[in-house]
Amino acid sequence: MTPTLRRRVFLVAAAVAGGLLLWGLTGLPDYGVYPGPYGDVLNAVAVDERKATNVVAAVTFDYRGVDTMGEEYILFAAVVGVAIVLRAQRGETEQLPDEDAADRRAPGTSNAVRVLGLALLGPVVLFGIYVVAHGHLSPGGGFQGGVVLATGALLVYLSGEYVTLRRVRPVALIDLAEGSGAAGYVAIGLLGLAAGATFLENVLPLGQPGALLSAGTMPLINLAVGVEVAAGFVLLLSEFLEQTLVLRRPGEVT
Amino acid sequence: MIYLPYLVAAWLFLVGLYGIVTSRNLVHAVTCLSVVQSSTYILLLAVGFERGGTAPIFLDVPVGTKAVDPVVGALTLTDIVVGATVSALLLALAVQIFKHHGTLDPERFRSRDD
Amino acid sequence: MGALPALPVAVPLLVAAALVGLAPVIRRQVADAVALATALAVAALCAALLVQAAGGPVVYWFGGWRPRGGIALGVAFTVDPVGAGFATLAGVLAVAALVYSWRIFEAVSPLYHALMLVFLAAIVGFCLSGDLFNMFVFYELLSVAAYALAGYHTEDPGSLRGALNFAMTNSVGAFLVLAGIALLYGRTGALNLAQLGQTLAAAPADRLVVVAFLLLMVGFFVKAAVVPFHFWLADAYALAPIPVGVLFAGVVSELGLYAVARVYWTVFSGPLAGGGGLRAVLLLGAVATALLGGVMCVLQHHLARMLAYATVSHVGLTLAGFALLAPEGLAGAVLYLVADGLVKGALFVSIGLVQHHLRDIRELELHGRGRDLPWAAALMALGALGLAGVPPFGTFRGKALMEEAATAAGHPWLTALFVAVAALTSAALLRAAGRVFLGIGVPRIDALRRRVRAAPHPHIHSTLIGPAVLLLAGALALGLAPGLPGRVEAAAERFTDRPAYAAAVLQGATGEAARTTHHAPGSLAVPAALAVLSALLGAALALAALRPRRRPAGRLTRAAGRVWAPTAAVLRDLHSGNVGDSVAWLVVGLAGFGTLLALVAR
Repeated sequence: MTPTLRRRVFLVAAAVAGGLLLWGLTGLPDYGVYPGPYGDVLNAVAVDERKATNVVAAVTFDYRGVDTMGEEYILFAAVVGVAIVLRAQRGETEQLPDEDAADRRAPGTSNAVRVLGLALLGPVVLFGIYVVAHGHLSPGGGFQGGVVLATGALLVYLSGEYVTLRRVRPVALIDLAEGSGAAGYVAIGLLGLAAGATFLENVLPLGQPGALLSAGTMPLINLAVGVEVAAGFVLLLSEFLEQTLVLRRPGEVT
Repeated sequence: MIYLPYLVAAWLFLVGLYGIVTSRNLVHAVTCLSVVQSSTYILLLAVGFERGGTAPIFLDVPVGTKAVDPVVGALTLTDIVVGATVSALLLALAVQIFKHHGTLDPERFRSRDD
Repeated sequence: MGALPALPVAVPLLVAAALVGLAPVIRRQVADAVALATALAVAALCAALLVQAAGGPVVYWFGGWRPRGGIALGVAFTVDPVGAGFATLAGVLAVAALVYSWRIFEAVSPLYHALMLVFLAAIVGFCLSGDLFNMFVFYELLSVAAYALAGYHTEDPGSLRGALNFAMTNSVGAFLVLAGIALLYGRTGALNLAQLGQTLAAAPADRLVVVAFLLLMVGFFVKAAVVPFHFWLADAYALAPIPVGVLFAGVVSELGLYAVARVYWTVFSGPLAGGGGLRAVLLLGAVATALLGGVMCVLQHHLARMLAYATVSHVGLTLAGFALLAPEGLAGAVLYLVADGLVKGALFVSIGLVQHHLRDIRELELHGRGRDLPWAAALMALGALGLAGVPPFGTFRGKALMEEAATAAGHPWLTALFVAVAALTSAALLRAAGRVFLGIGVPRIDALRRRVRAAPHPHIHSTLIGPAVLLLAGALALGLAPGLPGRVEAAAERFTDRPAYAAAVLQGATGEAARTTHHAPGSLAVPAALAVLSALLGAALALAALRPRRRPAGRLTRAAGRVWAPTAAVLRDLHSGNVGDSVAWLVVGLAGFGTLLALVAR
């Protein structure tokens, strides 16, 4: 279809489809009134049953833990997929960018960026670990904390050169972290089976609500997810940077 | 009855689709897909909202305080992760397509021969 | 074993993570062996589940969260024979795909193996799940793995564009599913299929229920490639690696239909029951898909694209069986689907054989070059017969059941559709086989100039033919196994029994559902004759396409040609592979189906 025809067809269809959607949406209960039982039941029992004060985390990692395992693996599959799609093709060679820096007169990273980046690196990593560790107590968890940790790697790249990043993140270690994070979740699930209960049942001691080591397997799952998400995002970052900065076709200049 | 959140969700959905359909740049199309996805976040969270309810975190407030639905929070969290990762994969595909065609404009790709 | 339902999902996921974690130190052979062993284990576990589920639904609550007062707190796997059957099919196809890739495929090991295992785990989880959001999560997981595997050949821009179109269109479909889930959750506060069904059954269908069903149906139809949501399929399936194509054509498209059937029967069959109108809407989609897929199949000269459109048209036929909204039609559709999946897997392997030995996959370029590949010729011919639904293949039995159900429901014209579409798809394949392996027909001039005979191979490695032979044998076994139709009908009865399902899931009732009396299966003579007729029609069409025109064309032929050529050109243009086009047609389909549903479901 020509672009104009396509736009016209879409506008007509979207008008009809939008009308139908709105017609259906008006059948929902009033905004601000939540009728259903699921959330209310969980709000009432989760803290007591699982000693976790963050009920969203309790839902994510315990009541509906299988969903989160699948979600973690979606991230895993996407990262592996990006690694496959962005792999070096035949004829592409790796050429580190600092090899042609000798006669390049582009300005290096400014000192302000470098200092700020390095100064922030520590707090960012610490904050990431904090968010991962306290996922069952306050807002946060493995996914959020893992992304914060991955931004640490981004800070290293921004405040230095790409080669620094490569030295700081050895590929084998990141692959191992990715794999163990994903495998860790399944292993915790199998722990439930080994203890004679069902898959992903919370079989560790539950402790007191509000304590750091409470809620049984939840902190462990948070740790596994945090490791996997951090490693996954660092891998994504490296793959894309490699495409832009490192891989060169024959005859191509920077 | 307040319909605004649902209207916003439907609008975002359609606007994002419009962007994909009329896009002249693959990266733009991938971003429009994120817009489509954000409409589902709004729909989910609007469905679980409880007026006057606090967050379902009972660290400082006692259990039994009126709180919003935690389940839609968990669902939205899953949704966000899914969306981010699919976007990453799509952008990787776009990068490789750019290397072959030298352009990101879908109209300029030769339709494949049979 | 009590934990059996969780294992076919947990084990491949764990192995995939290990493969990636240890990627720098794993050699290709180790990855191949480990992946193959895991796929075999998954197939065996699913088969065990199938046996266990035959006695009654197997309900497994993750995390030990059993329902309280009819409210489901956790996520459940509810295993019934239909779901377990599809999971086993996926396992078997994955084994065949991994055996094939062992020898031929240059894999970026072990990342490829890890993705294939994740793909398999997601398909199994999707088939076994009893929770709507859990189904969505596994649906997205299998989709992400599929997008990455479809874009595997990064040197081929067509494959990359196909993967991008695939990913964008299917993602929009997934968001439609999520919107439908949000609507249902807003009304019922539940995500468990059984609980949803119980809550919705208490009230008649209103606009929210209709729109929720529309969103879920259209979202899953995108994956199933029902017309007009199918524009992404040909590029993605045809240009993906062959072992991935085996899984795609064999089970992934059909999963979309399974999802609609499962969601309809467990959630919507209360409020949307007695749907003569709903049946008509679904049948409309089925007919359009079957016919368009069949016509496009005949227009292709790229062997894998031919198979991709054959997949589309057979999805239409299967949807026709589901669309009857009755256990008999469902039973036929399920049986047809499994047997057809096995046949298409075998055909993909045989096409891979041809591509591997002759370094080309286009019918016209390959003219006559396949003379030294008798095995591939036999496989493709048998596959064409399997697609046509000729006895004793399992596809015949499935089609016979569907035709019987259609006649009983007052739609005898569906039989004509089955015959016509089977003729079209088998004609395309037989024409291709005749041209490639027997050299029938006039070769193109440039193909003559480039003719290079394949070096005669002393033997074709058994790992290349083995998978195809085994898959075809499986399809034959389904057609010959005694008592199978009866058992599939019993399984379909249970699949469509919403109250019994809800009781089993929410109250743990394990009693056998009351069996409605089966009508004795009708005589198979008429369906057999019709199936043979469609195969003969297919062969005739193939020969007509190949034979050079000796006499000047008659008036009728010329008139037909005047209509055919421009139609074919328009159809080819429509299927341009452009992302904007696919999404625009998606919205058109959403609007169209939505309007029809709103009209009939009031």
